[in-house]
Amino acid sequence: MPRVSFDDARIVKALRARDERAFAELMVRYNASLLRVALMYVSSRAVAEDVVQDTWIGVLNGIDRFEGRSSLKTWIFRILTNIAKTRGQREARTVPFSAFERPGENSEPAVDPDRFLAGGWMAVPQPWPEERLLADETRRVVDRAIEQLPPAQRAVISLRDVEGWTAEETRNALELTETNQRVLLHRARSKVRQALEDYFAETA
Amino acid sequence: MSATLDQLSCQDLVELVTDYFEGALPENERRRFEEHIGACDGCHEYVEQMTTTIELAGTLTPADISPEAEAKLLAAFGDWKAR
Repeated sequence: MPRVSFDDARIVKALRARDERAFAELMVRYNASLLRVALMYVSSRAVAEDVVQDTWIGVLNGIDRFEGRSSLKTWIFRILTNIAKTRGQREARTVPFSAFERPGENSEPAVDPDRFLAGGWMAVPQPWPEERLLADETRRVVDRAIEQLPPAQRAVISLRDVEGWTAEETRNALELTETNQRVLLHRARSKVRQALEDYFAETA
Repeated sequence: MSATLDQLSCQDLVELVTDYFEGALPENERRRFEEHIGACDGCHEYVEQMTTTIELAGTLTPADISPEAEAKLLAAFGDWKAR
């Protein structure tokens, strides 16, 4: 994968020329993701918004020294992570994982164990109604389910599945091991699937 | 489908779906996974639903920046530019 894409080079050049449109473009592209990632480290939305503001200021102050050794995206998220960690420490909330979402022990099965008997399905998943999949209400169910996830799971699924980032980009930005990234993604997707199943069952 | 020693159980399979999608399963496990979904309607449907879930997440629009935050940042940009 090329480190500095053509697009990065264009934006960096424009920012160094103090082009406001380039800055606005970056904000539109990354602000929401930055906020989600910040929420992994700090406890309140207000603090997370401050962290994101400081990140953008850090981006402006650092852009003249950006060397392109990583992608622009990775560099921006590294600035965020550093600021967010410092703020998180001040709040004595240093770990990005709460005790309830630490990968490792499987405290969160993908499917309720009561649906299996001796490892096989007792209640087999029923096909979803094709014609309702693209309804706005169905998308709202997905959106709400993502919002309700614990912060690290929410950040991973947002970057991977909503924003379409690669696994590598995601674990770099969030400073996760490959395995932890996958575990968090798995838990997040499993819960969203469950929310959809519940929704279709209730409204059948 | 019931669990035997050389087969994945359905309960095991649902925990491997993301590893499967990510290409993270060792070859022999990948084969067991595919054999299982080829033979088990419930798990086949489950994997379909996980695919649909991912596709639906991809149709969401990332949240917008709030007008207040944007205004603040553009002001910060102005300060930076003036330096």
